[in-house]
Amino acid sequence: MDSNQPTLEVTNLVVEYSAKSRSGRGVEVARAVDGVNLSIASGETLAIVGESGSGKSSIANAIMRLIDVADGSISLEGQNLLDLNGAQLRTARRNFQMIFQDPFESLDPRRTVLDTVIESIAIAGIASSHEDQKALALQALENVGLIPAERVGERYTYQLSGGQRQRVAIAAAMVLKPRLLVADEPVSMLDVSLRAGILRLMQQMSEQLGVATLFITHDLSLAWMYADRIAVVYLGRVVEEASAAELITSPQHPYTKALVSVIPVPEVSTHDKRIVLTGEIPNPTDIPAGCRFRPRCPKFRELGEPDVCATLDPKLKSTDNHYVACHFAGQ
Amino acid sequence: MSEQFISEVVADEAPRHRNLFQQLWSDRMGRVGIIMTIVVLVAAIVGPVIWAFDSSAVGADASSILQGPSSAHWLGTDELGRDVFSQFLEGSRVSLLVGVMATLISTIIGAGIGISSGYFTGRLDTTLMAVTDFFLVVPALPLMIAMGAIFGQSLTIIIAIIGLLSWPRTARIIRSQTLTLRERKFVPRARSLGATNWRIIRTHIIPHVLPLMVANTILVVAGAILSEATLAFIGLGDPNRISWGSMLHFAFSSGAVGRGAWWYFMPPGIGILIIVLAFTLVGHAFDRINNPRLRDAA
Repeated sequence: MDSNQPTLEVTNLVVEYSAKSRSGRGVEVARAVDGVNLSIASGETLAIVGESGSGKSSIANAIMRLIDVADGSISLEGQNLLDLNGAQLRTARRNFQMIFQDPFESLDPRRTVLDTVIESIAIAGIASSHEDQKALALQALENVGLIPAERVGERYTYQLSGGQRQRVAIAAAMVLKPRLLVADEPVSMLDVSLRAGILRLMQQMSEQLGVATLFITHDLSLAWMYADRIAVVYLGRVVEEASAAELITSPQHPYTKALVSVIPVPEVSTHDKRIVLTGEIPNPTDIPAGCRFRPRCPKFRELGEPDVCATLDPKLKSTDNHYVACHFAGQ
Repeated sequence: MSEQFISEVVADEAPRHRNLFQQLWSDRMGRVGIIMTIVVLVAAIVGPVIWAFDSSAVGADASSILQGPSSAHWLGTDELGRDVFSQFLEGSRVSLLVGVMATLISTIIGAGIGISSGYFTGRLDTTLMAVTDFFLVVPALPLMIAMGAIFGQSLTIIIAIIGLLSWPRTARIIRSQTLTLRERKFVPRARSLGATNWRIIRTHIIPHVLPLMVANTILVVAGAILSEATLAFIGLGDPNRISWGSMLHFAFSSGAVGRGAWWYFMPPGIGILIIVLAFTLVGHAFDRINNPRLRDAA
C-alpha cells in the first residue's frame, strides 16, 4: 500500500433528500451535502464543524453508508465503499465504525453491556467460540475504563449513565480495530464534566491503533482541542479547512471568523470584536446563487456587496494547506 | 489528565426486577384473571379424567331425559339422558384447544406480516397493509360461516379458519410498534456494525415487540374461543367433539331452552363467559404493564 495514501478519501460527495413540495405537487430536492472533499490520514483526527442544518451529520451517515449517496466517491484504504454490494459492504463494515450522538438511544436497552460488545464481535466474526468472544469483550470494556468489567458487563445498558454508555459504544467499536472511526457529536448529550474524559479516551485509542477519526461537532472549541485538522462546513460544503491551530489563530473565511470570534477562551480572544451572525442557515432546497454564505456575510456588506459574490460560486483554494472558499479570503 | 477521567468505576447497585408474574399478580384485575384461568385449566385437564363423559350412556326411557340436577347427575341430563356435568368438563377442552391453536396461527401470521411490513416499509409495506386492511374490514363471522360450510367441520379446519381470519389486528399493532423501533438509533447502529436485516429483526426488533405480542395474543385467545362457540352454536362445529358451543347448539335445537332446562344451557354459557373474561382480564393487565400510562386512566 502506498504509504502516502490517506485512510479515508472522500471526493465530491453529494447527498440529496427529496420531499414532497409544500404545494403538494412534485418533489423538492434538498442538497444536504453539495460536493464535499475530505481526506484523513491514519492516526489523524479531522473535525467537521458546522451549525445545525449544515449537513455535517449527513456527511457522517453517508460515509457510514447509512444513507444514500447521490454522487461522489468514498474510498477507505483505496476501496470505494460505494462500489460494494450488500454482502461485501457488511463484511467491510468492521473497518469503519461509528459512535452515535445519543448513547441513550444507540444502545439497545434490552441487552446487557456484555451482549452489546459481543454483538459487534460476533457480527464481524473476529472470534467464533463464545469464550473467546466474551474474553475479547471483557478486555474491550477494561480498555475503555469500565471496571470491574465482569460486573459492568452484566448490567443492562439503560442502567448506566450517559458517559458509561458512550464508553460501551466506544468499546464495541474499537474492539474491531477499525481503520476509520466516525464520531457524530459523541459528547453533545453528555454532561460537560464528562466530555473531556470521553474525548481523551477516543483520542488515545485512535492514536494507539492508528485509526483515522472523523469528529463531527458543532462546537469549534472542542474541535480545536481534540482534532488535528478542522473543516468548517456551511450549507453542505466545506468553506475552510486547515490545521486546528492555524484555523483558530488565523481564520480566513468570514464564516469561520465569526465562529472563532465567539469562542469564550482567552487564547483566541485576539479578535476583540465579536462577530454575531444574523439570520439562519438557508433551506438546502433553495441554496443561494453565487456564494452560499452571501446572505449572512458581514464582509459582503462591508465591501459594498460586490457582484462577484452574487454570481460566482467560490471554489476551495489552497495556500500552504489552508483551504478557503471565499473570493476575498484574507482581505 | 488525571486517571479518574480515563476510567469510570461503575457503582454496584443492580436494581431488582419483578418478574412478569409478580407484576400481573399485583394488578387486581390481572390477579382475578389468573385465578380464573387456572381454575378453567385445571377443570379442562383434570375434570374429564375424573368424570369421564360417556356419549353412549343414553337414557333408557323418557323419565331420564332433561332431568334437573340430582346426586347422580350434578347438572342433570341432556335431551338423550346423558350427564351434562361431564359434557361440560369435556367441552372446556375443545374451547381451550381451539382458542390456543387458532391464536398461535393468528399470532404467527400477524407478527410476521406486522414486522416485515414495519421494518422493510416501502412497497412491501403498502402491499401487505392492503391485504391486512382487506381482512380487517371483511366481516369475519359471515366469512367464517361460509368457509366452515365449504371446508367441512373438523376441529382442525375450524382452528385454521379462525386462525386465518383473526390476524389483521395483530399485524396492525405489531407494524406500528416496529415502525417506531426501526427509528431508534440502535437499529442503524446494528446496521453500521454489519448486521443483516434478519439479525436486526431477531435481536433488536422481536425482543421489543414481544411483550406487546403476548398481551395481544391473550386477547386474541378470548376472541378465538368466542368464535369457536359461535360457529359451534350455529351448527358448524365438529360433530364428533363436544364443545360449549355445540352444547348450546343442541340445547337450543332440542328445545331444552324452551322447556327451561337451565342446567343444560346455563353451564356452557357461563363457561364461555368465564374463560373469555379470564383471558381478557389477563390481557388488559398485560397491556397496563407494558404501557404504564394506561394505569392512571384505568
